[in-house]
Amino acid sequence: MSGNNNMFKKVQDYIVNSQVWKAVFRTGIPRTRRQRMMVVLNGVFLHLHPVRLPKHAVKVKYTWCMGGLSFFVFLVLTITGILLMFYYRPTVEYAYGDIIDMREQVPLGIMREIHRWGAHLMVITVWLHMFRVFMTGSYKPPREFNWSIGVILLVLTMLLSFTGYLLPWDQLAIWAITVGSNMAGATPFAGTGGPGANLLAIGDVNFVTSTSDAKFAMLGGRFVGEGALLRFYVLHCIGLPFVIMIFMIVHFWRVRKDGGISGPT
Amino acid sequence: MIETIKEVINKITNPQILFPILAVSYLFVFPMNNFFEKINRKLGIYKLWTRNGGILMMSGLFAFFCFGISDPNFRKIVSKPDNVPIVGLLFLVVFFLWLSMKQAYDNDARIAAGKPPQEAEDAKEKILVWPDLVYIEFICLILCSVLLLVWAMALQAPIEEPANPSVSPNPSKAPWYFLGLQEMLVYFDPWLAGVVFPTVIMIGLMAIPYIDNNKKGSGYYTFNDRRMAVSIFMFLWIVLWIFLISVGTFLRGPNWNFFGPFEYWDLHKLEALTNVNLSELIYMIWMKKQLPSNILLREMWGFLAVFVYFGVMPLLLAKTVLKNVFKNLGPLRYSVFVILLLFTASLPIKMLLRWVFNIKYIIAIPEFFFNI
Repeated sequence: MSGNNNMFKKVQDYIVNSQVWKAVFRTGIPRTRRQRMMVVLNGVFLHLHPVRLPKHAVKVKYTWCMGGLSFFVFLVLTITGILLMFYYRPTVEYAYGDIIDMREQVPLGIMREIHRWGAHLMVITVWLHMFRVFMTGSYKPPREFNWSIGVILLVLTMLLSFTGYLLPWDQLAIWAITVGSNMAGATPFAGTGGPGANLLAIGDVNFVTSTSDAKFAMLGGRFVGEGALLRFYVLHCIGLPFVIMIFMIVHFWRVRKDGGISGPT
Repeated sequence: MIETIKEVINKITNPQILFPILAVSYLFVFPMNNFFEKINRKLGIYKLWTRNGGILMMSGLFAFFCFGISDPNFRKIVSKPDNVPIVGLLFLVVFFLWLSMKQAYDNDARIAAGKPPQEAEDAKEKILVWPDLVYIEFICLILCSVLLLVWAMALQAPIEEPANPSVSPNPSKAPWYFLGLQEMLVYFDPWLAGVVFPTVIMIGLMAIPYIDNNKKGSGYYTFNDRRMAVSIFMFLWIVLWIFLISVGTFLRGPNWNFFGPFEYWDLHKLEALTNVNLSELIYMIWMKKQLPSNILLREMWGFLAVFVYFGVMPLLLAKTVLKNVFKNLGPLRYSVFVILLLFTASLPIKMLLRWVFNIKYIIAIPEFFFNI
């Protein structure tokens, strides 16, 4: 027994002292106080955090963990989303069948479930995160601007969810997007059904028509069709994730630069 | 007996009844000034934010859903896959509302006794991120992953019939997080409910830190130190956002008619449409005349009302009810604040006008799609 332990210890020592291991894990297993500080300072992901925190800042009843969970769910959505993209073709002809196949034909076919419920969950966690930030007055100086960034992230979250809603190309999808896009058609001056649109005309020639208004720009057509599906797909998979990531970088950076998580002064 | 209870619930969940109840009781639950605070104390409403209050609220909500689930109509609407998250949301919102208000009241009591808030007590001790924060985050991630996996395995994502542009479902609903906006469509035209209001909501949210110049209440839960801010937020978040989403999700059926939670979604339910515009009310019903053919003459009362609302009201409020607010905020902050406030109030006002006077539009110029 002890011989085995010795053997194990020897192998472990050999690995941990090898050049490769030391090159990857600079600080070793964080046992001492110094090592525990270094592991946060040296790691790229842990470096999102400071090394030391006041104790109230880690209490779940203070933070609710909702900001972190929003980010985590976003990562889950990115990973499941990439997997779904392998199987999904954004055309009127294939989209619906591909969605059915994701459950019926693909091994472990709950990726779409995780993705859809994750999307709902992210909207909820983002709302609750804002609720917590409001209730602790954490938007007060010096964090005003970061709250505004957060509002943009909220809008982007809902837009991501909204664009994803169309992709299954079922009745639920196109009619929900129809309801949404009809509102775009009522934009003042920029939509054909909006106030002031028919004032933008020279004689009988209207500038804002059903093929040149806000709704058309959103759908790539006069109604929810092929153009809208492609537009929403590109926005959902590339456009909006790109934008939201940039705002997330700024958001996290500002959390640190504004003095970390809020607390009583 | 059970049927009678269901009947009563069906009746009072109607927005025309439930919304006023919520709006009025909100004043006492989140008292903005000393007058409401006194009544809150006298009625013991603050006890909602104790441990027992929390248990009461959560079990009340739970009991309601347990009671309802035996009803086929209720079960049908609640167990729709896309509606399940909103049921969860209701529980979460009540729980976190309680959690934040409890800590706020506890801190207020501490401050009143001359002690610092609990967070300041905790903050005296410094801890290392590794391992004290990292393991909490790790546990949260695992719990969240477990939740998502179980949810994904237990409940299939909805997929309906293939898209068919010629068959529109009745009702057609937007995704659930936009149902508050869709609910506003009952009272406002799309250009307001779908474009102007969302924009104002976004700008208003972003403007919060710049309007609220109260230095107290940063970094700890409190109600006493920022009564005004918290109670206004609660109205927007609980009454206007969560409540309207719930109405849109659970209680709006075919033709966007209202259906109680235990009511069958009858396609042929008729609701009397006797709405009139303000101009028709004034000229045809009160003055017993024909509508003037000149648009501006016809709609001048509406324009006058809107002008008074956005032009005169801010000044009046600054002189009366919001005197202290005006003093604290200064003219610029106050102007932004009061305009946002009036936008917010316009929704309940329009609801009331609709329910009491059957008013459809205050200004109605369908010739230019300009209806308010």
